[in-house]
Amino acid sequence: MTELVWQAAVSGVVLGLVYALVALGLSLIWGVMDVVNLAHAEYLMLAMYATYWLWALGRVDPALAVPVVVPVFFGLGWLTYQALVRRIVRAPLAAQIFATFGLLFILRYGAFAAFGPNVYGVWRPGEGTVLVLGVPVAASKVTAGLVSLAAFGLLAAFLRYTKTGKALQAAAQNREVALALGIPVDRMYALSWGLGIATAALAGVFLIPFYQVSPTIGDAFLLLAFASVVLGGFGRVDGALVGGLCIGLLENLLGTLVSPTFKFLFVFAAFVAMLLVRPQGLLGDVGR
Amino acid sequence: MGRVTRRQFLRSTGAAVASVALGDRLVDWAFAQEAPVTVGAVYPLTGALARIGAAIRNAIELAVDIVNNPYPDLNLPLARTAGLPRLGGRRLRVVWGDTRGDPATGRAEADRLVEREGAVALIGSYQSAVTATASLAAEARGIPFLNPESSSPRLTERGFKWFFRTGPHDITFTRIMFDMVEDLKRRGARISRVAILAEDSEFGATAAGIAKGFAQSRGYTVTAMELYTSPPSSLTAELLRIRASNPDFVIGANYLVDAVLITRTLKEMRWFPQGFMVHAGFTTVPDYLNAVGRDGYYFLARAPWALGIARRKPLVARVNELYRRKHGADMDEVAARAFTGMLTLADAINRAGSTAPAAIQKALRETNIPGAQLIMPWKGIQFDEKGQNRHATGVMVQILDGEYKVVWPFDVAEAELVWPAPPWDRR
Repeated sequence: MTELVWQAAVSGVVLGLVYALVALGLSLIWGVMDVVNLAHAEYLMLAMYATYWLWALGRVDPALAVPVVVPVFFGLGWLTYQALVRRIVRAPLAAQIFATFGLLFILRYGAFAAFGPNVYGVWRPGEGTVLVLGVPVAASKVTAGLVSLAAFGLLAAFLRYTKTGKALQAAAQNREVALALGIPVDRMYALSWGLGIATAALAGVFLIPFYQVSPTIGDAFLLLAFASVVLGGFGRVDGALVGGLCIGLLENLLGTLVSPTFKFLFVFAAFVAMLLVRPQGLLGDVGR
Repeated sequence: MGRVTRRQFLRSTGAAVASVALGDRLVDWAFAQEAPVTVGAVYPLTGALARIGAAIRNAIELAVDIVNNPYPDLNLPLARTAGLPRLGGRRLRVVWGDTRGDPATGRAEADRLVEREGAVALIGSYQSAVTATASLAAEARGIPFLNPESSSPRLTERGFKWFFRTGPHDITFTRIMFDMVEDLKRRGARISRVAILAEDSEFGATAAGIAKGFAQSRGYTVTAMELYTSPPSSLTAELLRIRASNPDFVIGANYLVDAVLITRTLKEMRWFPQGFMVHAGFTTVPDYLNAVGRDGYYFLARAPWALGIARRKPLVARVNELYRRKHGADMDEVAARAFTGMLTLADAINRAGSTAPAAIQKALRETNIPGAQLIMPWKGIQFDEKGQNRHATGVMVQILDGEYKVVWPFDVAEAELVWPAPPWDRR
């Protein structure tokens, strides 16, 4: 029994880190400009395809795809901001929802048209498992978890210690004041989209060795990413990390011990409870 | 058919002259062009299931080609003649409706095919949930609906008068799995504990319920029954729990995306039961093995059909050859079922000698196609009072060396069943 709990907890933590990495970009964009990107998981899906095709056609190992895929998706995020999001930053919430929801459909059905409904996965014969605190976990999952931690660390350092990072925070905190200080808010917003989509792509690159891709795969992650952001706390990038870990642990522990059928019931019950008791999230500040 | 008009007269004489000059086939052609018999096919042609829809479409088009053109050397219903002999050689025409995999669209398309395209019978619709609604449209209008490939048992328990199913349903499929286990026990295997892992919509939940019922009635212990929503982001909790319950074998009802994750999670956990049997289309799709490679070996699946039975039935190889020549790929089991369904419907329309729905319904009830005229491993096709083909059954296949091999029933097996499956470190 204890072994089972331990095993569920360890895989829950690894899974939580993966969820957190998916949620990271969502949290960043949400935090900086208050726009909820419903198409977030579609970029994840596209990055999974990109990595898959690099592997299938060019025999490029997924880990080596990072320097290609991540910059391309940074550009894609930047472009999305310039072409679409810029027009809706100050629009009513409904317009923002419709715009990103529309984007979701365009990207998803674009993928259907381009790649068909087939399911693709990367298969590497040597793919092994490693022992994490005595529990066997797929090596690729552990890698994804470590990459997630590194991404959070790097982003936090960027926001705290670089001038651009500070400018980004200023733009997030008060648009008018930031403008008055001479911060190019528009460029900061574009930067947050670029970074946000790039981290989604990073998640996609490291997901593909253990997770299959199809055009609708975003569905498996979008709601969990939202829940991670809300649970952890709005407006704080590390909130997504805490939220993702909570969800991974809740899902795996209660799923394994009580009933897997209701695992998301537990997750979303916690989500609703958090909204009722502490709407700003675990790490969120009141009155942001 | 009273007065002969001048146009008909001219056409007949013209055709007669032509037949002297060019042979009989042209006459058939001339008449056949006049009024083909229209059958509506309601399938997912776009969307997530488009790939399967395309295979079904290929199979149905091949069946129609076999009905409309003479294939003197094929022992299939209506193969030797051109068109439908009892309808004066009229040709068969299929009009397509695209369900997009959606029940409401399926029903609307069924309505459209009957109302606007003049379909006298319908065939469809692959997914049980869509077949349920599309056949509702047929039932309401009094149009025969033939379903070759949906596996939810409820479809034939609705008391419908116009609904016929040629293929097996999940109860039959589940029985096959347990029959195989009984055979294994007779060979000395010790098997008494079963776990169930299924997705939670109509397909998975129904199959899971049936598996549980069978297990209990045959004295097995159901150690765990876990349902999840597809596509899952993780199946670790489910499989940890199943492993902890220590089953001898696992029955799964899963979609392809889930199957890839199940395989990888099992490998990650370094655990595999004696046998893992699935109710699923994924065993027929090459994508599965492309995504999981050798890790997918030893999974077992029930199948209504497998190309491997061609050894015992040369007819299967012949039809597959035609299919491949036309469409560039081997038939899969869904295609084989759709092909058989279409020929069954054509056979009934021909015997009805009329395009009146009631006559076709009556002919369907009287259907009696012998097993020798089928590409399926069945004794034949005869419908019971609920519209279910009483002879529908299947085989068990196992993935061995990258191929799906028939391993049970033992007397038709093309390869030796591997049971228990070897552990991960000895693969």
